[in-house]
Amino acid sequence: MPPPSPAADALTRTLREHHATLMAALGRATRGDLILAEDALQQTALAALEQWGDQGVPDRPVHWLLRVGRNKLHDRHRRSATHDRHAPALTDQLDQPQAPSEQALAQMLDDATIPDERLRLLCACCHPALALEARVALTLRVVGGLTTDEIARLCLVEPPTMAQRIVRAKRKIRDAGVPYAVPPIAELPARVAGVMHVLYLIFTEGYAASGGDRQVRGELCTEAVRLGAILADLLPTDGEVLGLLSLMLLQDARRHTRTDADGGLVLLEDQDRQRWSRRKIVAGMDTLGAALKCGPPGPYTLQAAIASVHARALRASDTDWHEIALLYDILDKASPSPIVRLNGAVAWAMAEGPASGLRRLDPLDTEPSLHRSHLLPAARSALLLQMNRHAEAAAACQEALERVGNAPERRLLEARLQQCLYPGS
Amino acid sequence: MQYLLLIYENEAKREARVGEEQAAYMAGYHQFTKDIIAAGAFRAGDALHPTSTATSVRVRDGETLVTDGPFAETREQLGGYYLVEAEDLDQAIDIARRIPTASCGTIEVRPIMDYAKAT
Repeated sequence: MPPPSPAADALTRTLREHHATLMAALGRATRGDLILAEDALQQTALAALEQWGDQGVPDRPVHWLLRVGRNKLHDRHRRSATHDRHAPALTDQLDQPQAPSEQALAQMLDDATIPDERLRLLCACCHPALALEARVALTLRVVGGLTTDEIARLCLVEPPTMAQRIVRAKRKIRDAGVPYAVPPIAELPARVAGVMHVLYLIFTEGYAASGGDRQVRGELCTEAVRLGAILADLLPTDGEVLGLLSLMLLQDARRHTRTDADGGLVLLEDQDRQRWSRRKIVAGMDTLGAALKCGPPGPYTLQAAIASVHARALRASDTDWHEIALLYDILDKASPSPIVRLNGAVAWAMAEGPASGLRRLDPLDTEPSLHRSHLLPAARSALLLQMNRHAEAAAACQEALERVGNAPERRLLEARLQQCLYPGS
Repeated sequence: MQYLLLIYENEAKREARVGEEQAAYMAGYHQFTKDIIAAGAFRAGDALHPTSTATSVRVRDGETLVTDGPFAETREQLGGYYLVEAEDLDQAIDIARRIPTASCGTIEVRPIMDYAKAT
């Protein structure tokens, strides 16, 4: 790791916040060749690191990145055009040899921020000709701007596997002619499941960052909610699209209360509910109502229903845990998953006591998808501690600490470990 | 772009299809072929003899290995192909899904390598 510098910090922040916009603008310029676009963006990032380090961070870093990125594309195009008459044409904007004016840059940025532009990028990344796992990875990389390591952790695979997956997906988009376009409205529903899955993973990454110190990477949540709202506009009668939007809104309403002033994680029961966003809760509840009118609830709508039970409780002690536990059981039938069973076990522990939860956690030991995750031992340690089984709780806590990558969760587990080791203090 | 649409189907089922059923199936192919010729997407297309007539060729360490049969032993075999012109993968998939065998076999869509474009 290079030592952090103000230039590197500013670059990381700008790339993270504006990755989708920059890629949409450059992707449009290359007519959807995301390899060319991302190469240009990476070269631009290297140039920025050097120049911003020497001369300071420019006033408008996004404009700087777009101007240099566009010039890199133009240089490359000119070089390859000299050698190869078949070099793919860039769009007119880039064929002009002179440096673009500030006004032209602003126009490119405006174009790239209109919903359709980013939806175009999203639809290419979520194309069904790509494996679902490749779509998830590519969208997080290209639209979300996450690093390969972060995506690997989020998807529970090794980083080299993830790097390979992303490279293959980008090659397939280029070589198989995956269209860089919003699909016709008739084909959109078929694309939706993949797009929704991807959006929710982006939301989750923003909500509970898998690495580093930023527990709440808010702009990703905002972006996922925004893209979710665009999808809901396009498919207003798709219950699951509405369910997903509702779920994200209801969770996002709590986002600012999930961390304390020091960046520590605040559990749901300890959050200051006065600070939950009423606006988002109301919007989420309304959207949930609309989703439930569309037919039998799917997995996203059921999760939104669970989130709505929390949102309804003015105090943590008012939470109807029995309703939540039952909703988890229904959810596990609609969409069986070890994570759902884990959360359901915690809900049953709240409804009926820790022994009930612990009994439901035990069968999850054999789930391979949980083997690298800290979630199972973390949940177990909390229940064991409640039952005053301190030695076992400490062991589970240590196991969770060996696997956790996120600093706030690590601090929470470390505090719990102290409680297990020194119960009286 | 050009795409090769590889038509995979179960040969045993193909041979079991006779009489009126076979006639109706082939009528579907005639209609499809006429349609994509009219749409300007057709470049070439043929049916293949069954895999019992296939020979696989491999060269390993300079030695040519010729074996009887198709490359992969699978439950479905390559039965024919179309070479089509399409704007992008979506258009190629849209053509492929209209091939009658798509409903009982598999159509593999493969982009044709354009050496002029490859860098």
